[in-house]
Amino acid sequence: MRELAEHALEVARKLGAQYADLRIIQQEVEEIATKNETVARLNKSSSEGIGIRVLVKGGWGFASTQELRKAGVEKAAKKAIEVAKASASCLPQPVKLAPEPAYRCTWVSPHLLDPFTVSIEDKLAILLECSRIVRSVKGTTLATGSMNFIKERKLFMSSEGSEIEQFFIRSSCGIEAYASKGDDRQRRSYPQSAGGQNELAGWELIQCMDLPGNAGRIAEEVVALLSAEECPEGTADLILGSSQLALQIHESMGHPSELDRALKQEINFAGASFLTPDLLNTLQYGSPIVNLVADATRPGALGSFGFDDEGVQAQRVNLVKDGMFCGYLSSRDTASLIGLPRSGGMMRAESWNRAPIIRMTNISLVPGDAGSLEDIIADTEDGIYMETNRSWSIDQLRYNFQFSTEIGYQIKNGKRAKLLKNCSYGGITPRFWNSCDAVGGVADYVDWGVPNCGKGQPMQTMWTGHGASPSRFRNVDIGMAHRA
Amino acid sequence: MITRDKTESIVEFILDYAKGKAQGAEVTISASDIATSRFANNGMTQNQAPDHVLVSVRLLKNGRQARLSSDKLTIDSLRQLVDDALTACKFLEKDEGLQALPAPPSKPYQKLKHYDAATAQLGPDERSKAIKKIVKIAEAHGLSAAGVISTGSTVLTLANSKGLLATHKESTAECSITMYKDASTGWAKADFVRFDQLDFEALAKRAASKAAANVNPVEISPGRYQVILEPSAVLDLVGFLSYDFTATSHLDQLSCFQDQMGQKVLGDNISIWDDVADEQQAGTPFDGEGIPRQSIQLVENGVIKNWVCGRRSARKMELKPTGHGLSEPCAEGEFPQNLVFAGGSTSLDEMISQTDRAVLLTRVWYIREIEPKGKIVTGMTRDGTFLVEGGRIVSAVKNLRFNQSIVDLLNNVVKMGPSVRTAGEEALPAVVPPMVVNNFNFASTTTF
Repeated sequence: MRELAEHALEVARKLGAQYADLRIIQQEVEEIATKNETVARLNKSSSEGIGIRVLVKGGWGFASTQELRKAGVEKAAKKAIEVAKASASCLPQPVKLAPEPAYRCTWVSPHLLDPFTVSIEDKLAILLECSRIVRSVKGTTLATGSMNFIKERKLFMSSEGSEIEQFFIRSSCGIEAYASKGDDRQRRSYPQSAGGQNELAGWELIQCMDLPGNAGRIAEEVVALLSAEECPEGTADLILGSSQLALQIHESMGHPSELDRALKQEINFAGASFLTPDLLNTLQYGSPIVNLVADATRPGALGSFGFDDEGVQAQRVNLVKDGMFCGYLSSRDTASLIGLPRSGGMMRAESWNRAPIIRMTNISLVPGDAGSLEDIIADTEDGIYMETNRSWSIDQLRYNFQFSTEIGYQIKNGKRAKLLKNCSYGGITPRFWNSCDAVGGVADYVDWGVPNCGKGQPMQTMWTGHGASPSRFRNVDIGMAHRA
Repeated sequence: MITRDKTESIVEFILDYAKGKAQGAEVTISASDIATSRFANNGMTQNQAPDHVLVSVRLLKNGRQARLSSDKLTIDSLRQLVDDALTACKFLEKDEGLQALPAPPSKPYQKLKHYDAATAQLGPDERSKAIKKIVKIAEAHGLSAAGVISTGSTVLTLANSKGLLATHKESTAECSITMYKDASTGWAKADFVRFDQLDFEALAKRAASKAAANVNPVEISPGRYQVILEPSAVLDLVGFLSYDFTATSHLDQLSCFQDQMGQKVLGDNISIWDDVADEQQAGTPFDGEGIPRQSIQLVENGVIKNWVCGRRSARKMELKPTGHGLSEPCAEGEFPQNLVFAGGSTSLDEMISQTDRAVLLTRVWYIREIEPKGKIVTGMTRDGTFLVEGGRIVSAVKNLRFNQSIVDLLNNVVKMGPSVRTAGEEALPAVVPPMVVNNFNFASTTTF
C-alpha cells in the first residue's frame, strides 16, 4: 500500500499539486440489532479505498477510488487535480496551511479484546437475554438492543513527508425498553439513548456495561413512567446527569467552537456560530467553574486518535477556561485564516471517500469539586434531576436550545421526591452555562461517546466524545416541550 | 461509474457461487458518483468527486438470514462475502418471520425518466461556472454567498436466486444557496434529476431578496400564530409523519395513527399519496426486496387509508406488500420515500396579500420529535422569518422555536397552494404545497 500511496502523491505532484495528502483506509464493520426476541439486523461489511486531496493554485480538490491499483490511484489523482483547478478558478484568496511537522509513526487505539474474535452467537445471546428480561416485565411493549464494532486501519501520507499508520477499534452497545398506555409512550435506554455507549475500545466495553444486569431496571422504570407525574412547567434548579450533559456540551459548546462554522463556511446547512473570532478571550461563556477542553488524547474516549486526517498530532486544547471562551476547533487552513500558529488537529472524514472537515474530538467538561451525583442532589433544596436524552434541538447559531429527557426526578430537601415523565428544559447557551454553580467531580465522570454527529454536505457522521460529570444549573426554564 | 457488464458479472458470479450452498441468495449493488462543490464567503471551500460501489449479499439458510456488504470487488472478496454469510447463518437463531425470496414480478417495473446522461457526467468546471454566477449576484446585492452544487448519478441493481433482476439508474442535480451579511440571511434550494432544470440565477436572486429583507428583525412574543409556510418549511415538518404510515410502526405501537386506520384524523383538505411515478418525484420503482413500488393513497380527505408494507409486515397484518420494504433484515420494516400532497390554488403571494396577521416561514431547522403519539416536534425557524400584516410583509422577525403537533398542524390548514417538488434538509424531497396554518405554537425566541 505504501508504494501505491507514494505513486499517487508523485502523480499529484507531477500534475501541479502544491500540496497533496491521502488516506488509505481498510475498515471492517459489524452491526447487530435485536427487536424483541428476533434478530432485526445483522450486517457485516468491509471497505477499502483511497482518498486523495490536493491543493492547486490555492484551491482544494478531492477524489477517491476503491480501485487500489496503479491505474486506479492515477485516475483518482488526476480527477482531484481537475477538481482543484476548478476550485482555483473560483477563489477570492488562495488557501494557506498552518505549518505542521512531518511525522513517521504508528498509533494503535487501546483495547483488550478484539470484538471481531467474539462469535455472533455470543453477541446475540447477550442482546436476546436483555429482550427476554425486558419483555418479562408486565407493561413493556417493545425491547430493542444493538451492538456495533468497527476495526479500521488508516495510512496517511502527505507530500510534506508524513507517513502515519493508525489502528482503531470502536465498540458500542445499548438496549431500550418501551411501554405504551393510551396516548402515553415512554422509552428507557441503557447506558444512554441513541445506541448506548460508544468507546474507542474492544469487547471489554460490552463486558463492563453489563446490559443484562440493567435490563430489568430500565423495564421497571419505563412502566413506572406511564403512571408518573408530568414534569412541571416553569423555572427550576436543574441537575443534569452526565449523559444528558454530554449532549448539552456537544450542541452548545462543541458545534459553536468549530472554526469553520465561526467563519461561516458551514452557514448553508449546519449553520454558523455565535462564537465569532472577535469574542475570543473576551466572552464570559460560562461561570468561573466551567472549564471545557477539546482533548483528542484521552485514552479510550470515542473522539481520540493519534493524528487527524491532515496529519496533525492529537492535542488537548482549552476552549473555555474559568468560564472565558478561549479556543476553537480548527484545521490547517482555518487556523491560518485567523492567525493561529498551528491547527488544533480536528480534521476528520467519515471514510476514505469523503474529504475531511473540522470535527469535534472529545469536548469535555473538566471535573469540578461538587462531588458525586448524590452529593449534588443532597446539596439541592428544591430542583429537578433529568437524565438520558430523548430529543434535542438548537438554533443555527447555537443560542436557543431545547432538550427533553427520558426520565426525571423532583428533588426536595436533598432527596429524590417524585418520579417525573416528559421532562424538558431550554435556554440560551451563554446564559445557561453562566448559571452553572456545581460541577461534579471524578466519581461520576464518564467519557460518553456520540457516534452520529452530522455535519457537512454531503452529510458526514463522525465519532465524537464528551466527558462530563453531573452538574447543576440555577433557574432554568423547564417543562415547555410537551405543551404544544 | 461501474459498467453494466461489470455489474452483471458480479451478480452472476455471486448467485452462481451461492448456488446449492443456501436456499436463497440476493445481491444488491449500489453505485454512486455524486460530486459536490461547496462554497462560502464567495469562494470555493471544498470540492470533491468521490466514487463508490458497494456489493451486498443476503443469504437465506434453514430459516435464517444474514447480510454482508463490501466494496472490495475482487473475485476472492466476493467469494468471501458468501462464505462469511453462510458462517453467520450458522450462529443465528431461526427467524420465524422470514419468507422465501420473491419471484420476479409478473409485469415489468415502471419505466421512470429519472436519468439524464449529461447531468451524470457533468464535470467540476460546470459547477464552478454556476457558482461564479451565484457569487456575482451576491456581490451585486452587497452580500456573501455560501452553498452547494451537487451533480452525478446512482445505479442500483438488485437480483436474487429466484431470477428477479431489477435495475434503476438515476441522475441528480442539487443546489442550495445561503446569502448573508452580518446576521441577515436568506436561503433557497432546489433539486432535480437534470442539471438544466436548475435555475441558478433565480435561486440566487431568491436567496438574496430574502437576505435583503431579513434585516432589523423584531422580537415577537411566543404564542399561537397563523403561519404561512413556504414549501420547504412544509416538507421538513410533514416529512416527520412518513414513518407513521408504515405497517411496522403500527405493529410496534409506535405510529401516531395507531388503531386509526379508516378514521378521519386530519383535516378535510389533506390527501397524501406515496407515488414514485409522480412526474415531479424521483426514486426507484422497486423496494429493498425487488417488489414493485406501488402508488398508494395514505390519506384521503383526512381519513387514514393505507399502511405501506414490506413483505414481512404485510404477512403479519394479512395485507399485500406495497413495495416499500427496506432491505432485509431491518427493524424499521418499510418507509414511504415519495410523498405527494394534494395542493390548492392559492399562490404564496396571494396567501400574503390575503392575510391580516401571520408569520411567514422560509425554512425550519433541527426538527426533532418530542412526543410520538401526538407527533409533537420541536425546531427552529431560520433564514427568513417575516411578520405579515395587512396583506404585506412588514418586518423581519427574530427566529423562533416551535413545539408543534404535526397532527394538529394538518387539522389547521386553511389555505394551500399548488404542490411542487421541494427539497428540504430534514426529509426526503417530496411534492408539497405552501400552506396557511392556524394556531401554530411558538414556544420561545432566540437572539437573532
